[in-house]
Amino acid sequence: MNTRTHTPLFHISKRGQLPWYRAWLIRGIALAVALLLCALVTTVFTGVNPLGVFAAIIRGSFGTARKFWVLLQEMSILLCVALAVTPAFMMRFWNVGGEGQILMGGLATAACMIVFGDKVPNGLLILTMVVASIAAGAIWGAIPAVFKAKWNTNETLFTLMMNYVATQLVAYYCNVWDKKGSGIVGIINPNTHSGWMPGWNSPGGQKYLLNIVVVALLTVGVYIYLRYSKHGYELTVVGESERTARYVGIKVERVVIRTMLLSGGLCGLAGLLLVGSTSHTVSTTIAGGRGFTAVMVSWLAKFNPVMMVLTTFLIVFLQRGAGELSSSFAQINDSFSDILTGIILFFIIGSEFFITYKINFRKAEKEA
Amino acid sequence: MKNTLTRRDFMKVFGLGTASVAAMLALASCGKKEETAPEGEDRDAKVVFDNDSTPFDVSSVTADEVKDFKVGFIFLHDENSTYDKNFLNAAVEACNSFGVPYVLKTNIPEGQECYDTAAELVDDGCNIIFADSFGHEDFMIQAAREFPEVEFCHATGTKAHTEGLENYHNAFAEIYEGRFLAGIVAGMKLNEMIDSGKITADEAKIGYVGAYPYAEVKSGYTSFFLGARYICPSATMEVTFTNSWYDEALEKEGANKLINRGCVLISQHADSMGAPTACEEAGVPDVSYNGSTIDACPNTFLVSSRIDWVPYMQVMIGRTAKKQKINADWTGTLATGSVALTDLNPNTVAAGTQEKLDEVKAMLNDGSLKVFDTATFTVNGETLETYLADINDWGDFTGETESIKDGAFVESFFRSAPSFDIDIDGITNIDA
Repeated sequence: MNTRTHTPLFHISKRGQLPWYRAWLIRGIALAVALLLCALVTTVFTGVNPLGVFAAIIRGSFGTARKFWVLLQEMSILLCVALAVTPAFMMRFWNVGGEGQILMGGLATAACMIVFGDKVPNGLLILTMVVASIAAGAIWGAIPAVFKAKWNTNETLFTLMMNYVATQLVAYYCNVWDKKGSGIVGIINPNTHSGWMPGWNSPGGQKYLLNIVVVALLTVGVYIYLRYSKHGYELTVVGESERTARYVGIKVERVVIRTMLLSGGLCGLAGLLLVGSTSHTVSTTIAGGRGFTAVMVSWLAKFNPVMMVLTTFLIVFLQRGAGELSSSFAQINDSFSDILTGIILFFIIGSEFFITYKINFRKAEKEA
Repeated sequence: MKNTLTRRDFMKVFGLGTASVAAMLALASCGKKEETAPEGEDRDAKVVFDNDSTPFDVSSVTADEVKDFKVGFIFLHDENSTYDKNFLNAAVEACNSFGVPYVLKTNIPEGQECYDTAAELVDDGCNIIFADSFGHEDFMIQAAREFPEVEFCHATGTKAHTEGLENYHNAFAEIYEGRFLAGIVAGMKLNEMIDSGKITADEAKIGYVGAYPYAEVKSGYTSFFLGARYICPSATMEVTFTNSWYDEALEKEGANKLINRGCVLISQHADSMGAPTACEEAGVPDVSYNGSTIDACPNTFLVSSRIDWVPYMQVMIGRTAKKQKINADWTGTLATGSVALTDLNPNTVAAGTQEKLDEVKAMLNDGSLKVFDTATFTVNGETLETYLADINDWGDFTGETESIKDGAFVESFFRSAPSFDIDIDGITNIDA
């Protein structure tokens, strides 16, 4: 009978805090391996020179001044949503309803532009749009929060389903506003530009300056809110341990609802920027999956708003690169670009595992 | 549990928000779109009806004229959508016929991304840019205003003849003639079913899965139905809408619903394989759209009508290269080869279908048969004497242009995009 105790080939243990340079070394290695694998996959499956592929990815974001502006614009919207979902996530409230909250913000903005356009002074109209969009997003975020606080419903499912309700509401109003029956609203107030936020008539990519400035300020604001305000402290405690929070006298329900009002409100702001400042139209696809992508941005940055600038850049850079790739090479289509993006993200997310955990291999056994 | 949200908290968060609730309520009660286009005469002065169908001789372009020439394309989806695939294949073929380089941009949403992409294509040196989806129109116009030296061509759009821009153009094809011919194939099949005793004449009911209750779709299913009834006089039709151009699950569900209601033949105007697949599973004959589905549905596919965009793109690219004037609208026809039927499925179509098709096609070509002949249909039991179609898309959603001429509705005449949006007797909308 075998009486030897069996030692596994390796086991995993949690690391202590790694010095920053070792953490970045691991990330660097992961990225290098990812790029190598991308190069290999590209050459094997398409026969395209991988150096050309990397050049095209970089060109997607930095090829021309306009592409750089578009990069900043896309970054600002995604970052806005990531900043929005972060307080909820720090509270361990899984808000996957960003998509719906953005849509509601966008819908409220479009409604103001259509209903009040040319009827009230432009400044007042824009103020109404700001207020309405933030409120609409906040309400959409607060509904699941109230249910969570009062009846402990599952917020992941609840916020997810609110996305579908929001999508249908937008689809409904698109049909109301477009009586031709095509379901497409088109650009709102195309001749009077009523309700278009400042900067739309700037040349080239500078028309996105407003969005970029607003989100830059927001990044600083959220950083301060989470790091230095009482609210930020409270929601962190709730996230760490609800019981501890109750013990020290924090009203958990109140914090949950308040934080989701903020989270939804900021998503609503993203909707405002998309509709009032960028596209000047509304459709079911304006959010473009950012409500979900933002979750990844936020997690990758470990909920640190400043780090989120970097992770947002990474995601948007890869997306823009993928678009450039598929139009640069006949052998590469969007799906292949997505595979490359997937490989890079897989390695970057995976590298966090090796930063947090250590793999211990079995030592050579004496009696063997 | 007690309500833990205090009034002070509430006011803090909602301090800004109270007014907005009023705005939201206003939104719920009021859905009227105030259009801002200039009213009256100066508005009408911008209207140019110069729709033409002249083909282009590719061989007349010299190598010198297409030196440093480049074409850009913007697609809503990619080759997974039948509509985009059809457009994409045409794009490659048209560019190759001139030997000019091209850039294809797929999966571009109907928002600011369309404008950004168009602008990037201009930066990239494109002389002419095409977009394929209806919702791209406003953003193409925005780009056309900013870059007057580049030609912008938009398929399925409605605004070129009222925008007053030299470099912005709409296009479509007289696909209603293709639909009518597809309807002939359907009618022949219905007659075969009646003759073989499979169904009675009263049971000759067609089902149609439409995307939106929009002129393009209504014109399509009405011409298809009129074609079928031209052959099988007892035919009726039921229509259901998915309210999406591409939703495989909904299209399949719609087709199944129609089959369960007793429809013995299905056709569709939506871009996925949903309806054809449902038909193959249920063994119900199907008339497809945008391209043949014979590989996936060998036992039920009859025929498909589609727009061949190659002649259109050749006209636009050729005239741009030769620096010739391009009209606001261009409409492809049977004669230009823009309206095409796929090969018939020999295993499913009724005997004598090809001969009948040739006969009807000849009559359409010489004008002795008109698809929307007012003698062949009624509206609320009466023959249509007059109809104002909404040709000028001011956003007022009211018709302004008399479209009944010489006893027929003139389709794709004033502008290229279809404008027939009349509900005729014999077709039932089961969603209404």
